[in-house]
Amino acid sequence: MELKLPPLAETGETLTGAEIAIRCLSEEGVEFVFGYPGGAVLFIYDALFKQKKVKHILVRHEQGALHAADGYARATGRPGVALVTSGPGVTNAVTGIATAYMDSIPMVVITGQVPTRAIGEDAFQECDTVGITRPCVKHNFLVKDVNELAVTIKKAFHIATTGRPGPVLVDIPKDVSQQTARFHYPDKVHLRSYSPVVKGHGGQIKKAMQLLLDAKRPMIYVGGGAVLGEASQEVTELVRLLDFPCTNTLMGLGSIPASDKRFVGMLGMHGTVEANMAMQNCDVLLAVGARFDDRVIGNPAHFAAGNPSRKIVHIDVDPSSISKRVRVDVPIVGHVKDVLTELIALIKAGKEKPDAAALAAWWAQIATWRAKDCLKYDRASPIIKPQFVIEKLWEVTKGDAYVTSDVGQHQMWAAQFYRFEKPRRWINSGGLGTMGVGLPYAMGVKLAFPEADVACVTGEASIQMCIQELSTCKQYHLPVKLVNLNNRYMGMVRQWQEFFHGNRYAESYMDALPDFVKLAEAYGHVGMKVEKPGDVEGALREAFALKDRLVFLDIITDQTENVFPMVPGGKGMSEMILAEDL
Amino acid sequence: MRHILSILVENEAGALSRVAGLFSARGYNIESLTVAPTEDATMSRMTIVTTGSEEIVEQITKQLNKLVDVVKVVDLSEGRHIERELMLVKVRAAGKDREEMKRTADIFRGRIIDVTDKSYTIELTGTTDKLDAFLEALDKGAILETVRTGVSGIGRGEWVLKA
Ligand SMILES: Cc1ncc(C[n+]2csc(CCOP(=O)(O)OP(=O)(O)O)c2C)c(N)n1
Ligand SMILES: [Mg+2]
Repeated sequence: MELKLPPLAETGETLTGAEIAIRCLSEEGVEFVFGYPGGAVLFIYDALFKQKKVKHILVRHEQGALHAADGYARATGRPGVALVTSGPGVTNAVTGIATAYMDSIPMVVITGQVPTRAIGEDAFQECDTVGITRPCVKHNFLVKDVNELAVTIKKAFHIATTGRPGPVLVDIPKDVSQQTARFHYPDKVHLRSYSPVVKGHGGQIKKAMQLLLDAKRPMIYVGGGAVLGEASQEVTELVRLLDFPCTNTLMGLGSIPASDKRFVGMLGMHGTVEANMAMQNCDVLLAVGARFDDRVIGNPAHFAAGNPSRKIVHIDVDPSSISKRVRVDVPIVGHVKDVLTELIALIKAGKEKPDAAALAAWWAQIATWRAKDCLKYDRASPIIKPQFVIEKLWEVTKGDAYVTSDVGQHQMWAAQFYRFEKPRRWINSGGLGTMGVGLPYAMGVKLAFPEADVACVTGEASIQMCIQELSTCKQYHLPVKLVNLNNRYMGMVRQWQEFFHGNRYAESYMDALPDFVKLAEAYGHVGMKVEKPGDVEGALREAFALKDRLVFLDIITDQTENVFPMVPGGKGMSEMILAEDL
Repeated sequence: MRHILSILVENEAGALSRVAGLFSARGYNIESLTVAPTEDATMSRMTIVTTGSEEIVEQITKQLNKLVDVVKVVDLSEGRHIERELMLVKVRAAGKDREEMKRTADIFRGRIIDVTDKSYTIELTGTTDKLDAFLEALDKGAILETVRTGVSGIGRGEWVLKA
């Protein structure tokens, strides 16, 4: 990789590799490093010990470190940083790295490695870190020369945070962390092989504008790229300017306020009828920072064949996301924020307005889909309905909490019923769908925003995948609120078994559950069990009033409840199963 | 459709596995892959022969460009180009077959580069088709061993792939 060597490479203090690593982090303005020590990183821990700028958060399992750093990044937009030891430290971290990679989260992961001379000898706690992580990082490095360390870490931050973001790993052998070099942190790095496109093509943006203005049945479909690219203001402005319907993917929630009447809800496998039908039936589709994945449009052949005349404009910073599953008519590669700004300016400068009559007819059509009220559930139920809990959570937190979730039915209900008004408030694993992220995500968020309300909506199965982090929360006083929608089942698995496997509930019942109240107490927190609908709101209020305590709300919910609507796997978007169909 | 992708990559440890890993992870075909340093020692040049629809090859190109170590990707099949492959074949060449074997090699402009009283080793360069044709012209039973480098390609005329 070509780099402009800093002119003063010969000057600067002499530091050990370990000290250099930590100094680089502090130069990058890193507040927190989430990690776990071990033999290969002992010099780095020693260097951490000797300074105060970068704070280390000791997790209880490396997976937790990665998820917490990832959650911090999702909530703040700044890169998350994790530090783990070689061998098992790395393999434990892989789930967290892959989770961040699938959702394009900027992270820098520093891993210890056995000394350079021992590499390849099957040394104690050796693994091929660069090899194991290669398919789930944006890039990775093995640093063999201490003189290359600072510039490599600079490159890692640069690559992680530019273009389509992602995790970058820097593997540091123990001897490299012990050797010394002159420290100089470059302001900039130049990589001839890496220069992500930022500015969208003007001609394409004009074409997009014309298509949008000529549309009779337009739809704006916004994904996680708009959140990552800080474009929610522009998304909202464009949607309001044109008065077009707008849907968000699971990852895009909050990129337009859910209270806006043009927001038709989330789309996809568990999307609303109005979002999925508008998506399937529109004549012009504007996709912003989204990737037409299988959980969103279902079967791409059905999506295309069901409406072959639909024109698609796709804005994305990653050219490989465009025309991957669905052929696009007007591709625009660039930063979504900049492209939308240009598009808005063009529309404002021109005299043309969207076809008002066509738009009114389209909105009338959408109203009939909305009238299906596809998210309705039994509000009079004597058993606690999970949807009701999320609605109450929204009320109690005034719709302004950071909500993390795990993976399963509870995740979908949180996405459907917590009406997000702002971006970066909804923190979940969309791409990899990793159970266990919820609690460490909440830790990362709470560290970043100590004053904010942070709720983790979880399930009794998911929470047990990183439950050990309750101890970390105690150590660092992280008073997050856990909302455990306890249905005694891996609910999402049970739902699929009910629909597609003849009610054979193979291994999805959660037997031998712990007493979560006692468990929370054993870790030094507050536990509450809620069993009646009438007690839900009170318990939530009490939990959030306990400002300085972590509260584990174990809420016993309806075992039989399913997530609706549902587009079965491999089906088309308009082939939804609704609650009333069963 | 068959495509010949020419790729400039940083001459870094691991660059080859990033490219090869991309093909296996995403289920793309590799018919052949060659790699060696270029006149600029910091860069290597790879030639990959792959097959797939236009959409797939477009995705392959985009995904390759996304790799941080990849400096440039060109689909040689999109323009006028020259492709060559080197093959070494060891054949049975004893008794009455010996003369015939030499003649066949000559027709294909192969060179005999090693000889024993029972065998020839023949060196042959050309397009993949030509090498295939040569093998087909031989009696299957006569072939003892074949080694092929895979295709290397270059643009015709002034068309140059540079960083
Ligand atoms: C690490 C991991 N293993 C397995 C799965 C498959 N899976 C998806 S949802 C789910 C059940 C989750 O159960 P629970 O946390 O109780 O949530 P619920 O669906 O009941 O709300 C499972 C096993 C997964 N997503 N992640
Ligand atoms: Mg459950």
